[in-house]
This record gives sequence, C-alpha cells and structure tokens, in this order.
Amino acid sequence: MRNAVLAVMVLGAAQLLRPALSAEEAHHPLDWENWHAGNEVTNTDSLQRGARNFNNYCSACHSLKYLRYSRMAKDLKIPTEQLKANLMPPGATPADYMQSSLQSADAIAWFGKEPPDLSLIARSRGPDKVYRFLKTFYLDPSRPTRANNLVLNNPAMPPVLSALEGVKAAVYTTTKSTVDGKIVETKVFDHFDTVVPGSMSAEEFDGFVRDTVNFLDYAGEPAQADRRSIGVWVVLFLLTFTWIALLLKKEYWKDVH
Amino acid sequence: MASNDTPAAPGFMGWLNKRLPVQQFVREQLLEYYAPKNFNVWYFFGSLALVVLVMQLFTGIFLTMFYKVGDTSAFDSVEYIMREVDYGWLIRYLHSTGASAFFVVIYLHMYRALMYGSYKAPRELLWMFGMFIYLALMAEAFMGYVLPWGNMSYWAAQVIINLFSTIPVVGPSLVEWIRGDYGVADATVDRFFALHVVAIPLILLLLVALHLVALRQVGSNNPDGIEIKEKRGADGRPIDGIPFHPYYTVKDVVGIGVFLTVFAIVAFFVPTLGGLFLEEANFEPANPLSTPEPIAPSWYFTPYYAILRAVPNQRLGALLLLIAVLAFFFLPWLDRSPVKSVRYRGLLFKFFLGLFTVSFLTLMYLGMKPATGAYVTAARLAAAGYFAFFVLMPWYSRADRTKPVPERVRFHA
Repeated sequence: MRNAVLAVMVLGAAQLLRPALSAEEAHHPLDWENWHAGNEVTNTDSLQRGARNFNNYCSACHSLKYLRYSRMAKDLKIPTEQLKANLMPPGATPADYMQSSLQSADAIAWFGKEPPDLSLIARSRGPDKVYRFLKTFYLDPSRPTRANNLVLNNPAMPPVLSALEGVKAAVYTTTKSTVDGKIVETKVFDHFDTVVPGSMSAEEFDGFVRDTVNFLDYAGEPAQADRRSIGVWVVLFLLTFTWIALLLKKEYWKDVH
Repeated sequence: MASNDTPAAPGFMGWLNKRLPVQQFVREQLLEYYAPKNFNVWYFFGSLALVVLVMQLFTGIFLTMFYKVGDTSAFDSVEYIMREVDYGWLIRYLHSTGASAFFVVIYLHMYRALMYGSYKAPRELLWMFGMFIYLALMAEAFMGYVLPWGNMSYWAAQVIINLFSTIPVVGPSLVEWIRGDYGVADATVDRFFALHVVAIPLILLLLVALHLVALRQVGSNNPDGIEIKEKRGADGRPIDGIPFHPYYTVKDVVGIGVFLTVFAIVAFFVPTLGGLFLEEANFEPANPLSTPEPIAPSWYFTPYYAILRAVPNQRLGALLLLIAVLAFFFLPWLDRSPVKSVRYRGLLFKFFLGLFTVSFLTLMYLGMKPATGAYVTAARLAAAGYFAFFVLMPWYSRADRTKPVPERVRFHA
C-alpha cells in the first residue's frame, strides 16, 4: 500500500516536471528506424530455429554460397540425420555449399533481378537493418509484388513472410510546408494498420524474425563464437604476461638512480 | 673499440665470433649502447612499431598462402580464409587490425618527435628515414586495402588513383599506367598484390634498417631534449645513460604486453571496430555499378582526405594534400628554436602544437563525414590550423620565450 502511494506521488511529480505537451506532440510515430535485432549468436536454440526458418522461407531463392551444410550442422549442433532429412535439398551432400536451386534466367524473368547471396548480408548491412527490412513490408498495390518496404524502397523481393505476419498498410501523416511560395505536402510514415491478420501473433513473428536474423548473423561469420571464447583466454594470458613483465622490469630498474 | 680487442672465447662461440661478429654486435648495440634513462611512455612506440611490422610480415605470409589474386577470385578467397582455413579468421583479423595498429603506433611515434624535438639536429636524417617509412607504409596500407576486392576497396582505389590525374600533362596517361587498364580492374589488383607483398615490404625493411642505424649513430633523444653524450663520467660513459640491455629490453617487453592486450581485445572482440578497421561496404564484392555512400578511405588517411575535399579545385586540393604529407620532411629546418623539448619551450610553441593536434584530429573526423555544408567550413578551418603549424614555425619557434634547459635529465626512480 505504502509503495502504491509512493508510486502515485512519484508519477504525479513526474507529470508536473514534464513540459506540457499538446495532443499532437504527444503522439509518437512508429520508431522503426531505431529497432534493434537484439539477437545472440551464442544462442544455439535460436540459431537452429533460424536455420529452419531460412530453409523454409529463404533458401528457395537465396543462397549462402560460402557456408557448407556440414559446417552449419556442426556449429549449430544439428544431427546429420536431421540435417539430411529437413535442411538439405534432395541430391545435395553435407559438404556442399548452401546454393539455392533458382535458375538465374528464371529469377530475372520473375523478379527482374537475381536474389542476392545472403552469406554476408548481416555483415554488410548489419543485423539491425536486416531485422528492420523483414519487419517493414507493407501493402502497395502499385507494385508488381503488391508490397513495398520502409528500409528498401521498391524491393524486387515479394513479401514472403506475409502469411505469418499478416498484411499491413502504411498510414502516413501529411505535413504542409511552403517552399518558394508554393504549398508542398510531404507524406511522413506514421504507423502500420493490420489489413489481414497472419498466422502468428506480433510477438511470435518478432521472435521468428530475430531467430532468422541471428542465423544470418552467424552465417556472416561462422567463427565468431569461437573468436570470442578464444579471445577471453588470450587476453587473460596477456594480462598475466604483462604483470610478470612489469615485476621483472621493476626488479631490474631498482639499480637505476 | 676494434673487434680484435675481444679475447678469443673457447668453443663454439669462439669459432663463431672469428667468422661473424656476433659478440661484438651484441656488446656494441645492446650492452654498451647507452640510452637516456628518462624515457617516458611515449618512447614505447618505436619498439612497438617493430613488433607490428614483424606481425604484419608473419600474418601476411600466411595470408598469401590462401589468398587468390584476381578480380574474380580475390573476394571469394578472403571468405575462404575466414571460414575454411583453420584459424584463417585469426590470421586475417590480426593482419587487418595490425594495419590500423601500425598507424596508431606510427602516429604516436611521430607525435613524440614533435613534442620533444626529436627531428632537430643531429637527428635530421633519422627523421627523414622515418618519414620515408611513413610514406612507404601509406602505399603498403592502401594497396593492401584494395586486395580483398570489396566494394570499398574498389572505390577507394578509384578515388585515390584518380588523384594522379590532376598532375598536368602526364596525369591521365599516368593513371592508366598505374591501373594497367582503362578502369580499376583485374590488372590493378594483380599489380597491387605484387607491390604489397614483395616490393614495398623490401623497401620498408631497408628503410627500417637505415632508421635504426641512424638512431644508433646519433643516439636517442629524450623528453628533456638533452644530449646525454655531452655529459660523460670518468669511465667515458654518458652519466644519464643506461645500457639498452637489460634495462630497455625488459621495459619494452612491458610496453609490448600492454599493447598486445589492447590489440587482442580489438582483434578478438571488435575486429571491425564499428566499421573503422573493416568497413561494412567491404563485405560486398567490388561492384563498379554501385557506389558506396559516402566513399571514405581508412581512418588513417582521412585527415588528408578532408584537406583534399576542403578545396573546391581538385588540382589545388591534391597539391595541398601532397604538401600536407611532405611538410613533415622540412621540420628540422623550419624549427629555429634553441631548445628541443616542449618542456622548455614557451607558450607560442605550445599553442601551435596544440592547434596542430586539434586540427589533425578534427580533419581525421571530418574525412569520414560527407563533404557538405558546415563540414566543409570546419575542414577549411582545421586545414588552416594544420598548415599554420608548419608555415609559421620559422617565426614562432624563434620568437618563443624558451626556458633554460637543465644540465642533466630529470629522472625520478
């Protein structure tokens, strides 16, 4: 009870201290540009789910041409039988690189360009940007794919995750400004409205994207978990070495006056 | 001290010393080479530069075993090293972090010389050899940067090689000659590989040898800027000097330990250092149709890049860039002060050294930013500060109210 009273008092004080906001200013548009993927490459469960997601929704068109199935299975602790049964296309061997079976002529005919290899996408764009890209598809009837994206304007990629996420419409606010005596209207993105719900809840879809981005982060540098765990020992060794060297230096320098 | 003074040692060492002056070398260069006892933390960077050089050579040799030169194979082979070669990622990160560490160490080493007047007589040649090392290092780093054939490699090569086109008359044909093609292409990466792994390292090693020989000839300067050779004891040894070995070998090992710890933290935990040591755009293969925005060279070149872009006329900008680099060569003759160390200089020198420091760091930051609006204005001001340090030096170094230099070095055990 006492805590509740305290909380009310603190909240009240906070209200008083806050500068008065008009109703318009209090409204915050969707802050998608500051979304973070928040993925952890040491989370093997998440990586396994991400590998499954990639296999189900990405690998038909996108390759990971620098990653072998066997390497992925070893790093992600996926048993060979499961790898062969669920994560490899028929005819592939574990030592193969993860190539999509999409022919480049077909890709150009269907999408206008070849889907990029995703081996290094998390390194060249950063995991956060990939995460924002996958979460900001919206309905745009003017596009051949009937979809557009906030991160990548007019993407060739269709909204392949819309069955899970649902279909969203972008809602804009219009601001009027005067440029050279003419009134110019600028449309600014505000938020998304769900048009058709998907099979996943917002939280489930968020987890789905995070796992997928996590897997792409791993695929960008498969040795990164090793790198960090070895690094701890290297730094510890060097600190010990430096400490001993410092004691030795002090001993020798005793006779310098 | 002639070599035949050495009493013939028995056994293998005696046999060896008759044929190769091992003992004589160790005695003259380490045991009886006297270095000032008052070196401070700034005096670690010379030996650290040597450590980084050896590390770059060593990791570089291993990288060449797997790197495949050529515009269609270079990028793939770097990813092969990162993924399939045992500890290839380690070798590559040590080499890429080492490139940046080299410049950190060299810049601090050069700054030490500015503070304590180490370029002044009798160390003019020592300073010039050091400057030639810096130039060779810039060429080495630039060519090495092109080898992974990422998109930033490609565009940086495009921009930097094009600087030569501003040279009157021969410029355009010179650029074609450097590239070996009408654009940056396969021929360019092939020749940069040859220069990066053979030609420039040989030049670097020769220059480092000359730098060290010249250092041993004139002896090290020190934070007080006092010539220790001028104060000798009854035994003929400099009274403010101590034998290089064991005192400075054991001290340098501590410096190396601290340096390697910081180095390992970067190489193992943040090898890209947020895009400073390895740029994001370089994880995409070279693509002549897609320009990265903005094109920025590696951080160690950005001060000069900012000067280049601060000038509206490209030819004049390139000329100023050249002068900005070469100005260091003339320091021994621009500086008219009777004292070496900043400790005994007056306010004028301290002001201009401070101005130079702030200008250089500002230019470094601005070189990474787009060349627009306020950034350009700031770059012009900082460039003015940079050049003022050199151009006005003959005046302010003479007009400065210096303090009396003590007889002996300051040292507290």
